[in-house]
Amino acid sequence: MGLIESGLLQKKPLKPVSWLLNYSRKYSLWTFQWGLACCAIEMGAALAGPRYDVMRLGVIPFPASPRQADLVVVSGTVTDKMAPSVLRLYEQMPDPKYVISMGSCANCGGPYWDSYSVTKGIDQIIPVDVYVPGCPPRPEALMEAIVILQQRIQNEGVGNDELRQRWRGEHILVD
Amino acid sequence: MTTTEIPGSPDFEIDPRALTPLADQRLDIELQSEDMVLNIGPQHPATHGTLRVVVRLDGERVVSADPVIGYMHRGYEKLTEYRTYPQVTTLINRIDWLSSFANEVPFIHAAERIMGVEAPPRAEWIRTALTELSRIATFILFLGEMGLQVGAITPAFYGFRDREHVLNLIEAVTGGRFHPNFNRIGGIKDDLPAGWINETRRVMGLMLESCDQFEDLVAGNEIFQARTRGCGIIPADVGAAYGVSGSNLRASGVDWDLRRDGQPYLAYRELDWKVFTHPDGDTFARYWVRLQETREAIRMVLQILDGLPAGPVMAKVPRIIKVPAGEAWVNTENPLGEMGYYVISKGATGPFRVKIRTASFSNVSILPWLLKGVYVPDVVTILAGLYFILGDIDR
Repeated sequence: MGLIESGLLQKKPLKPVSWLLNYSRKYSLWTFQWGLACCAIEMGAALAGPRYDVMRLGVIPFPASPRQADLVVVSGTVTDKMAPSVLRLYEQMPDPKYVISMGSCANCGGPYWDSYSVTKGIDQIIPVDVYVPGCPPRPEALMEAIVILQQRIQNEGVGNDELRQRWRGEHILVD
Repeated sequence: MTTTEIPGSPDFEIDPRALTPLADQRLDIELQSEDMVLNIGPQHPATHGTLRVVVRLDGERVVSADPVIGYMHRGYEKLTEYRTYPQVTTLINRIDWLSSFANEVPFIHAAERIMGVEAPPRAEWIRTALTELSRIATFILFLGEMGLQVGAITPAFYGFRDREHVLNLIEAVTGGRFHPNFNRIGGIKDDLPAGWINETRRVMGLMLESCDQFEDLVAGNEIFQARTRGCGIIPADVGAAYGVSGSNLRASGVDWDLRRDGQPYLAYRELDWKVFTHPDGDTFARYWVRLQETREAIRMVLQILDGLPAGPVMAKVPRIIKVPAGEAWVNTENPLGEMGYYVISKGATGPFRVKIRTASFSNVSILPWLLKGVYVPDVVTILAGLYFILGDIDR
């Protein structure tokens, strides 16, 4: 969003302009796969497998580094040892950035809710846009999450003020 | 003696041959660089999860490699002390998440042994079929993904495509794609659904074709062979000393398979199958052995479908399971190697203590020895060829 940073959109942009910007953003989501545990295999099936083929939704799942990514899918158990790396990865991503938390472990700890070494939910570390419940969620659930996220991106404002207020939106729960 | 040979005389000439070692030494000192430390992981596609390998490099060559584990430590052994026996199977499904059904079997067998319960033959045969199906699903993914690690992306898609067929079969029986949680103490939850046997026969035909395809496409590929032959050789004695097990050890020429040589379990003694070994011990040998084992697993599943005994699938057990005091050690041949559970019961509804022996933990312990002296691109090939699962290492 070089337009915003250069100050060209100081005023509220015209509706067709913001529609066009959002339309291009939502169909070129570069997704970083932060695969941690079991869910990483289902994420692999959804993002790299030919049966589900997420690329037809305009998602490119192979950025070489988080610095090129718009969306990160945190899938799997985040342990206390791993948590600093997750935060560091998130901070490396350029704005605007989105997070999908995939699987019960990333949502809330899941079956390890009483384990001594597991972080009970990544929303303690980073803001989450979409939660995908399941242990592990089916690949279809992850694709549903991506479609919902694209709808949210389409309805976003792109002016400076709206961008700042972006995190005040409600979390989405795929059901 | 001429004047040219007397040091100090004006005609003295230095023989250039005498200088060569000195010049080499000088060059070594000038070119000496500090070792470079390269962090592979904790998130790297080749590590199948969150293994971190700290590699010290001299140029392109690895001087030392230290695996840093614990990024996926979820505390299974402690958690089992707070769960009842049926709840434990839910947890241990997720240790080796590619072949979950095979994880449940040794624990359930240990509990059954302490209780003195035996599952009916039909249940044991269905367990065998599902264990072999999860072995096929695991290895098919490996056969495809190994191509990805040496730079060919196409086989990975084929691996994911063919694995889905097997997952459908497992889902039809158990309801879960790869966390079935289907074993009960004394049997399995349900009988096979209608039409499953014919569908399995059809899919096994597809899988055999898929194995042929991987043999042509990946194993027969010249570039693949150039990258993997002679890469990461594990001699049989070193591998055995480090505790390497499963296909990794059989690829070093050790003819040892717990399904045949260990304590008898499931229905393997009644099936006709072969153990494959390869004398080389390199990454290509590990690929080849897994390819043959996939074919053997398909053959086994087909035999089970033909000879499935009739009868109940559940023995008589009380509704609330209390396991009497006792201890049991059961180890089985999982897709990744030897997996064992040592269960201590004190007569409660949950185990008192469970010690879990997992294959990948021992397989990875050979990495510092194995990676010494190899080139950087080979590190990724060796890591992928060992085929470990992070949950299986860290537990």
